[in-house]
Amino acid sequence: MKTQMVAAFAGLALLLASSTSHADQSIEQIYGVYCVQCHGLQRNGTGINVPALSVKPRDHTEAKGMGDTPDDELYKAIKEGGLAVNKSVLMPTWGRVLSEDQINGLVKYLRQVCKCGK
Amino acid sequence: MKGLLLAVAGLTAAFLSCASAADKLDPSCGGCHALVKPTDTSLDRLLTRKGPDLWYAGSKFNKEWLVSWLQDPKPIRPAGYPYFKNIKKGDKHDEIDSSKIPAHPKLKKADAESAAAALMALKAPPDLVPAGIFKGDMKGARMGGLAFIKFRGCVACHQGEKGEGGLSGPRLTDAGVRLQPDFIAAYTADPQRFDPHIWMPTSNLKDLDIQRLTAFLVQLSQGDK
Repeated sequence: MKTQMVAAFAGLALLLASSTSHADQSIEQIYGVYCVQCHGLQRNGTGINVPALSVKPRDHTEAKGMGDTPDDELYKAIKEGGLAVNKSVLMPTWGRVLSEDQINGLVKYLRQVCKCGK
Repeated sequence: MKGLLLAVAGLTAAFLSCASAADKLDPSCGGCHALVKPTDTSLDRLLTRKGPDLWYAGSKFNKEWLVSWLQDPKPIRPAGYPYFKNIKKGDKHDEIDSSKIPAHPKLKKADAESAAAALMALKAPPDLVPAGIFKGDMKGARMGGLAFIKFRGCVACHQGEKGEGGLSGPRLTDAGVRLQPDFIAAYTADPQRFDPHIWMPTSNLKDLDIQRLTAFLVQLSQGDK
């Protein structure tokens, strides 16, 4: 009985881990399509468009700056663009492209990238 | 009921007409480009695409440009399509990995002319690219240029005047020669109506902005110079 319980819990844990990893992968793909062009493959603000930008994109790996930015500000910046949070117009509005869930997922993902929380 | 039947008949005729126009193209075109409006509009499809959709090519391109470009296809998108598959980490910033960007096939003049004719038959529905959406006022071009570079941030992803600009979107240095003005206006206003997951955002621009930006892009014709 005990062995069966352990096996069941192990199976459940595996299932949860795999679904979490799938969700993370999906958000990572979204970052890879929309954000990488400016924020870069290393997530540190060094995307392919950087030479053309008058304002350097946010370094998402920088714990201090990201840690000082609350979740709701990150959410608003993604959804409504840089101007909505008194930042650059070069950060566009993604509210018509991404769903609420995807934007919330990106905010959580950014917390993983910066290894910081607010 | 009669109206519904007429609408269905109209839609079927439009679909068959596009399908028939697509059939006139070399089958290899369909290997990279959607020649008929795809039913799968998921992000997964975007991730597996090899070339831009062409199911509305006849409402997008100028025929003369198509004939010329198909004979000498210089890259329109500096980082290829989709850009995110062709980039690599660089010393200061990400760079284009040219080794991943295949060259577009080069056609002979007669083949280019017939392909261009078939592509021009692939029309967008009238409500997607409404005729006359660009009102033709070129006086706003200068303000459009400022919007492109400064106020709306288009330059972050597109190369405009003098080839200055970002690399993830198509080069617009020859937009006026390549693209139809109504398409420029309709696409700029709402790219997601054409392509729900495309990486160009809808920027909630006012019609005045759309008109000015279109006027600016229409007068760009310098190509690769």
